Amino acid sequence: MKLTLKIWRQKNAQDKGAIVEYPIDGIEPDMSFLEMLDVLNDQLINKGDEPVAFDHDCREGICGMCSLFINGEAHGPDRGVTTCQLHMRMFKDGDTIFIEPFRAKAFPVIKDLVVDRSSFDRIQHAGGFISVNTSGNTIDANTIPIDKHDADKAFDAAACIGCGACVATCKNSSAMLFVSAKVSQYALLPQGKVEAVDRVLNMVHQMDLEGFGNCTNTGACEIECPKGISLENIARMNREYLAASLKG
Amino acid sequence: MAQSALLNASILKKVAMALSGLFLITFLALHVSLNLISVFSENVFNEASHFMGYNPLIQFVMQPVLAFGVIFHFVMGFVLTIQNRNARPIGYAKYNGAANASWTSRNMIISGLVILAFLGLHFYDFWFPEIGYKYVAGTAPDATRYYGELVHKFHDPIRTGLYCVSFILLGLHLWHGFSSSLQSMGMHNKYSRFLSKVGYGYAVVVPALFVIIALFHHFNN
Repeated sequence: MKLTLKIWRQKNAQDKGAIVEYPIDGIEPDMSFLEMLDVLNDQLINKGDEPVAFDHDCREGICGMCSLFINGEAHGPDRGVTTCQLHMRMFKDGDTIFIEPFRAKAFPVIKDLVVDRSSFDRIQHAGGFISVNTSGNTIDANTIPIDKHDADKAFDAAACIGCGACVATCKNSSAMLFVSAKVSQYALLPQGKVEAVDRVLNMVHQMDLEGFGNCTNTGACEIECPKGISLENIARMNREYLAASLKG
Repeated sequence: MAQSALLNASILKKVAMALSGLFLITFLALHVSLNLISVFSENVFNEASHFMGYNPLIQFVMQPVLAFGVIFHFVMGFVLTIQNRNARPIGYAKYNGAANASWTSRNMIISGLVILAFLGLHFYDFWFPEIGYKYVAGTAPDATRYYGELVHKFHDPIRTGLYCVSFILLGLHLWHGFSSSLQSMGMHNKYSRFLSKVGYGYAVVVPALFVIIALFHHFNN
């Protein structure tokens, strides 16, 4: 395949950055998108140019590290996949492909296509956990009976890998799908109910402090989420937040 | 958590937006019902309009509440839109919004601005003259004038056309607004899908009735 890549290049966080065009040839349809970028970087290095910086880690669709906004969509045109699981067969020979970093005030660009998603970590630190005694007498979670329906929904919410595609694709840069998944995975389980009020209040407060936008229920986040996190979680978080506001 | 932080919380702003929207949706049902009377009976329309125009509860309680609801919904809409734009200071070179969200959900501010412009025209046509008639000029009540005023306004084809276009945009706004308000208030259960369908029906029927009424008076008089 012969392609034209239009890639966002930015030396550092202070640099203004711009789209730079790179023609590329010899791309196999079975290559993953990241492998295609590896090929480009090999060519750039051989020419003595600076390779394109992009995030990646497991390359198995598990870690959520790879980001990229490809041809106007988070993780590209395929559904239910991260960028590392996107294959070049989704494109046609001769295509022009725009590759940009995830854009949001809360996800500042570090270099080229690499963005700082530590705002998600700070939201997690604000309440995305349960406090347990780890002094040696921890109770096995399996000893607590949990309704299968609730356990399944909590597990679905816990499938969120925190990749940030929801923020990147949302026209408002809202982090509601991510935060709601983290709130839901605990809210549905008995272990999470003890700290439920503080959790939702603190996590939403941190989300607002980070500068994410407001959810307008377009549903784009659900469609682009590689793990299929449902909008149902946002509704649940709204309920949790309203109830917590009255209690707290 | 501090009370001020709670009051500024994004979720509470969205809930307030949803509640004001649902309030205005309820008002629209009342408004279209009254307008619909004009198609069937001049006298009953005059009576109903006179009641609405001179009942103290409606004039001095409901009308200010409605005005507050309208102003709040628009101001909050602008506030949220500005916040949302600030949340992405640098936009994408290529953004394919149509790939994952409907036009109506992505352009609520556009349909909202058209409705705001329409409200200006509507107030200029009906509300300001009504206030002038009753409270500035102090003219004696006349329970027979309303139908004539309505018909007179819809005589102009440009005005009728503007009204119809605005009603279509109102329909698009409602198409997303109804189900979105339920989601914002935390509703997502076995009734949600049914209620969303009710919302889609409402978004078609109510604006369509407004259009039909406008066209009826334009072509009938």
